Amino acid sequence: MLTIENLHVSIEDKQILKGINLEVKAGEVHAIMGPNGSGKSTLSHILAGKPGYTVTQGSITYLGKDLLEMDPEIRAREGVFLAFQYPVEIPGVSNIYLLKAALNAIRKHHGLDEADAMDFLKIIKQKTALVEMDQEFLYRSVNQGFSGGEKKRNEILQMAVLEPKLCILDETDSGLDIDALKVVANGVNSLRSPERSFVMITHYQRLLDYIKPDYVHVLADGKIVRSGGPELALELEEKGYSWLEEQAVA
Amino acid sequence: MSTSAQQIENLIGQEYKQGFVTDLETESFAPGLNEDVVRRLSAIKNEPAFMLEYRLKALRHWMTMKTPEWAFVKFNPIDYQTISYYSAPKKKEDGPKSLDEVDPELLETYKKLGIPLDEQERLAGIAVDAVFDSVSVATTFKGKLKEAGVIFCPMSEALQEYPELVEQYLGSVVPHTDNFFAALNAAVFSDGSFVYIPKGVRCPMELSTYFRINAANTGQFERTLIIADEDSHVSYLEGCTAPMRDENQLHAAVVELIALENAEIKYSTVQNWYPGDKDGKGGIYNFVTKRADCRGDNSKVSWTQVETGSAITWKYPSCILTGKNSIGEFYSVALTNNYQQADTGTKMIHIGENTRSTIISKGISAGKAQNTYRGLVKVLKGAKNARNYTQCDSLLVGDKCGAHTFPYIEVKQPSAQVEHEATTSKISEDQLFFCQQRGLSPEDAVSMIVNGFCKEVFKELPMEFAVEAQALLGISLEGSVG
Repeated sequence: MLTIENLHVSIEDKQILKGINLEVKAGEVHAIMGPNGSGKSTLSHILAGKPGYTVTQGSITYLGKDLLEMDPEIRAREGVFLAFQYPVEIPGVSNIYLLKAALNAIRKHHGLDEADAMDFLKIIKQKTALVEMDQEFLYRSVNQGFSGGEKKRNEILQMAVLEPKLCILDETDSGLDIDALKVVANGVNSLRSPERSFVMITHYQRLLDYIKPDYVHVLADGKIVRSGGPELALELEEKGYSWLEEQAVA
Repeated sequence: MSTSAQQIENLIGQEYKQGFVTDLETESFAPGLNEDVVRRLSAIKNEPAFMLEYRLKALRHWMTMKTPEWAFVKFNPIDYQTISYYSAPKKKEDGPKSLDEVDPELLETYKKLGIPLDEQERLAGIAVDAVFDSVSVATTFKGKLKEAGVIFCPMSEALQEYPELVEQYLGSVVPHTDNFFAALNAAVFSDGSFVYIPKGVRCPMELSTYFRINAANTGQFERTLIIADEDSHVSYLEGCTAPMRDENQLHAAVVELIALENAEIKYSTVQNWYPGDKDGKGGIYNFVTKRADCRGDNSKVSWTQVETGSAITWKYPSCILTGKNSIGEFYSVALTNNYQQADTGTKMIHIGENTRSTIISKGISAGKAQNTYRGLVKVLKGAKNARNYTQCDSLLVGDKCGAHTFPYIEVKQPSAQVEHEATTSKISEDQLFFCQQRGLSPEDAVSMIVNGFCKEVFKELPMEFAVEAQALLGISLEGSVG
């Protein structure tokens, strides 16, 4: 589904990613861990097409296409979804309005009819239950006045409604208490399927207790310094990142 | 980062869709303004003597006045002698008696604008007066309104049929000495709409006037007068468009509303005059005086405006709250793009006891435009327990535009409560990226954010207008991201 080869990325002449290689197949869940400033968020931004970064070398292939050639909204319509670390607030625009506009933009892209009001409500009802969200949230402005946990749940709701193929979760666990973390993890787990892949960026092992990854990669100083199975995350929890960083330098 | 800023830039600024010209035989005055022109204008319309006297008085006063310069807008001085003060589609003999006799070319024009004048086609529930350049060309549903006792007709007709009503009320809210443009209008106004709602009547349908400037080098000076007698209710809508021309054109209207005891007037405007091209060439100068007098106790006037057009907008729909417990409201969305300039707001003058006013203003600036809110809240000594709430929000799209707020508050009554809230925000690159990441194009994202910003005002508009206003905002913003 996703192939990243020798990816080098800089921001205003500062090199952030220094040769990333990653292969994500359909149905797989990959966790990307690493210390602060290792380039984890940059990787998620690059995948989603956030402006401001320069790719100096390498390529990203998504479903056989050159991902870097696509505008952000085209990537989204083709099934790339980023759950933001800091979801923005949009005053005056209701959640339900955004969801409907987004869903229809994606449907239109695939040559489908727009969802009519009845169908849409049916979809929404089902998905809000999935993230244990009250219906009244739908009519509130996007993320305005939401708690940290509500914002993250809202991201998962959007993911559930838009049914992307590649889901990138950027530190979705940060700022969540244990109950909220469980709700978010349940939401994500229920969306796992053989056709859908996940790239989870996280700082802590904690999230991986609830969402079991197939692979764990450790990013340090712009490179993947170690890859392994779920046991790698436990090892990291025990030893911290420093032993790997030292290895990377050595 | 600059890519996104660039995108916002390009998103604002789409083509104006009502810019076509209708080819019609017209009857126009040669450019120029003097007493003789005013006399001829009055004679063509066969006006009663009081009207001519009023016009001449206004012209003489106007000649002593200077163009106001306090507004935050810039434009070259206007040479009033190069403007033609009358242009009308040539009439076939006596002029149309019914819609069937209206020039098909004119009907076609309005159809193209989305305003079918055919009563069958019209959405039920809205009566339209169509003003083309200097004259009213058609009014629909007159018969049905008459059954309810409602008078809805062109001002020129009101001067023939109901001169005493016109004489009693015209100029009673906006006197001919009020300001430069109001004085000019009083001297040369050619047509407009006249509405009278009798005592105890709730107007059975929405009334609307659709203004169209077509001829070149012509000013449009319309005059609207709405009188809501005791215990009556009316909702009135106004729409405006003009062809694309390289020269600036002047539109100086005066609107007067009078609400007597327990009466309510709701006045909504969607102003979409030609705004000029993306380099700031051409466009309408929209210098308008709109004022309501809540004369009776418990009366209420509500202004709602969506201003997306015009090169320059200079407009302050106001309420004089004379009657006890009277209510004034002002809901405004003003969007400026490219080189458009808007200096708009309201005046709420509290005279009576327990008078209340609400001001909600949403200014959106994009491109290189300047957008100014200017508002006065004045509470006079007698206005015990007067209350005002003002909320004034500005939204910037891109980084080359400006938003300005000039609130004036004068309170002479200690029991009054006046609140003012203001915010300025910018469509952030993060918001834009977030929406794109959910599959929306940058254009749709900006339009959605702007519509969200304006929601409090749009909900005040009648249904059909709200839909039109939203679509219009989308169009006016197009090209601001790309």
